Amino acid sequence: MTAQAVEEKRPFDWRTFFQSYGLLLSLLLLCGIISLASDRFLTVDNLRNVLRQASINGIISIGMMMVILIRGLDLSVGSVLAFATVVAADLLSRGEVTGVTPLGAIGIAGLVGGTAGMINGILVTWIKIPPFIATLGMMTFARGAALQYTNGQPITGMAELGEGIRFLGSAELNGIPVPILAAGILYILAYVLLNHVPFGRYIYAMGNNEEAAYLSGLPVKRIKMFVYIVSGALAAFAGIILMGRLNSAQPTAGALSEFDAIAAVVVGGTSFSGGEGTVSGTLIGVLIIAVLNNGLNLLEIPSFYQDIASGVVIALALLLYRAIR
Amino acid sequence: MNQDDKQTLLRLQNIHKSFPGVHALNDVTMSVLPGEIHGLLGENGAGKSTLMKILNGVYRADSGNIVWQGNAIEIHSPQDAQRNGISMIHQELALVGYLDAGKNIFLGREPGGIIPGTINWGRMYADAGRIVDELGLAIDVRRPVRFFSLAQQQMIEVAKALSLEARLIIMDEPTSSLTDREVETLFSQMRALRDRGVSIIFISHRLEEIFAICDRVTVLRDGAWVATSPIADLTTDTLIKYMVGREVDQIFEPRTGSISGQVILEVKDLNRGDRVKNITFQLRQGEILGIAGLVGAGRTETLETIFGAHPASSGIIRVNGEQVRIRRPDQAIKQGIGFVTEDRKGQGLFPAMTVAINIAITRLAELVRAVLVNRGAVNTLAEDFIARLDIRTPSAQQKVQNLSGGNQQKVIISRWMTLNPRVLMLDEPTRGIDVGAKHEIYRLMRQLASEGVGIIMVSSELPEILGVSDRVLVMHEGRIAGEFNPQHATQDDLMTAATGMVQEGFRL
Repeated sequence: MTAQAVEEKRPFDWRTFFQSYGLLLSLLLLCGIISLASDRFLTVDNLRNVLRQASINGIISIGMMMVILIRGLDLSVGSVLAFATVVAADLLSRGEVTGVTPLGAIGIAGLVGGTAGMINGILVTWIKIPPFIATLGMMTFARGAALQYTNGQPITGMAELGEGIRFLGSAELNGIPVPILAAGILYILAYVLLNHVPFGRYIYAMGNNEEAAYLSGLPVKRIKMFVYIVSGALAAFAGIILMGRLNSAQPTAGALSEFDAIAAVVVGGTSFSGGEGTVSGTLIGVLIIAVLNNGLNLLEIPSFYQDIASGVVIALALLLYRAIR
Repeated sequence: MNQDDKQTLLRLQNIHKSFPGVHALNDVTMSVLPGEIHGLLGENGAGKSTLMKILNGVYRADSGNIVWQGNAIEIHSPQDAQRNGISMIHQELALVGYLDAGKNIFLGREPGGIIPGTINWGRMYADAGRIVDELGLAIDVRRPVRFFSLAQQQMIEVAKALSLEARLIIMDEPTSSLTDREVETLFSQMRALRDRGVSIIFISHRLEEIFAICDRVTVLRDGAWVATSPIADLTTDTLIKYMVGREVDQIFEPRTGSISGQVILEVKDLNRGDRVKNITFQLRQGEILGIAGLVGAGRTETLETIFGAHPASSGIIRVNGEQVRIRRPDQAIKQGIGFVTEDRKGQGLFPAMTVAINIAITRLAELVRAVLVNRGAVNTLAEDFIARLDIRTPSAQQKVQNLSGGNQQKVIISRWMTLNPRVLMLDEPTRGIDVGAKHEIYRLMRQLASEGVGIIMVSSELPEILGVSDRVLVMHEGRIAGEFNPQHATQDDLMTAATGMVQEGFRL
């Protein structure tokens, strides 16, 4: 360093403190306010419920975060969730004919979601369509495909064969709902991948500077494909969990879930200009959105007002975040 | 207060500014007289930008005064500075390319029309035309600025400053992307401005320019004031000594004698578009091959083509005698070719990532334990290069965007050195870098060459080309227009070839 250090007279640095813990504090503050307003918030049952509801958005948000990290966007997650789920559910409900097992159905959903993601990836990477447009197209396409496939009707009747899927959606292990465990495992995997595997570091590098990544010989096209495929596959997996909970597959499922995921990722501190964002931040972002929705429900605020309130809180969170950065 | 105050235009007094962890400015005092061109010098990180940002209202000083025309003032924002008559022209120009010159000059301050809320376009263009004429600029104010040369765009920025009735214009490295002729034009216009009583603070790393244009200079080092002096009282050596804080007896490294290594890279009839035409040359182990030429002569494009960033349309590349196929950068890297690009920020750095990752990124896949990145190995590798190249950073975990330009450049060179390249290509390796760091980069290039690496250096600075290279190629309009021995050639020889005068059949 050329300039002399003056660390000795540095008092407690609030800015750094808020940069590190501000998000967590916001979550705690939100929990505090809601628990003051409603004594039903801080109960084991309710918190378990919050987490269970958060797990679906949480899983989608992992993929969304990776896409946003490389300066992309995936608007198709909600529709892909629906399409992958109805295809899997249909094949499973006709299991005697098709021979599809619950495990097979999960694989099929993943395959459908991954393929949709791969098409997004090809459109973005090779045909060079802006991610917003490419995934907007997929959003409409997959929703249409889901409605067409089911004739607009929900698919039920997987009751006997779908035990494994109901397990994923509704069962508990030692009192912990399985969706929470599934989301937790995925978060740990994402954390390890993004922070401790070379490929994950390449994702950050590419988000920081795609040109430099290319000129450094990093596999930029493979990174893009990977990220979009993961986003599609995770959306499909979230759909399977949703199906397990509702015990049916809805062609209209997942509507607007892309916005919940984007909101969680961005509230969690991931930058739209790429390369900056953490898995823990995304997790907290997901929890903030979930707690907020739960709180508004507990306070029996009418649903239209809930949407208004969510919008305001998300905007405030981003303002606050920018102020302390 | 002293007696100068009446005639001093600006006085920055005892300015202090700290950022978390660094004392960026320590008791800096500097004054500017009316109608002078005042050079502000110092290595990267010396505090020039911080001082100018304080003057421009971007930062607030922790303590100290700004005395403007005899009155202590406070400047809270760039708009505030402009109201006082202080305008700053940044290195990256702030013009809107799609708008014409007139609209750019009056952007946000368009004169009102008869109907409130409308713009009186006629008056705006008339005013813009008048300002441009006064500057002696022969340009059409209705032409979008993206069609103008960089020098003309600089002058449009100046015109904008004048439309704000600026009495002091800060120019931050205005010449860094101009050709020599454009620099001359800019300088004559700067002199005309000075003669009208406008003062200019001029920041540049090119000492020749400082001597050519400045009346007085102020030198900063490590956030502190070192000297203020009329330029006539200074020599290049004293100026460098002020900046670096030690004697720099020789900027360039001595050559190591004749180059007799085997041919490591051979390029034959390489073509791409109209910027790379029939490029043929050989590079030996241990050789530093300089490529000179004007901006747009195809030098960068030639390197990009060899590296596979943009594939060649035809031609042969041989590495170590073997013909290789390079269509993508990773294929060039596999052949042991490294490429330090001209645009550090845009093409080299991962700004928000650590110095360690920036150095080790291309080796990351090997620095693993099972499948996980071995942080210890990454840090060891990075710290090895931080020590070897004397990269000034608080730690390997610092974000690379917080380093100075010279140190960032060393990080990128380190990245390529981790791969033990056989050929290292450097495009304008010292652009925007201070004298001290330049010297270190030259030394590093010579050291790599002596270890057997073949080096290609593209540079627009002729003294650098002549001082560093073992052999020089000059490009003109996509072709190699001449080959020179730098120990015998002069800058004129290179310029003659670079402007195509040799091919045209007459000499300057």
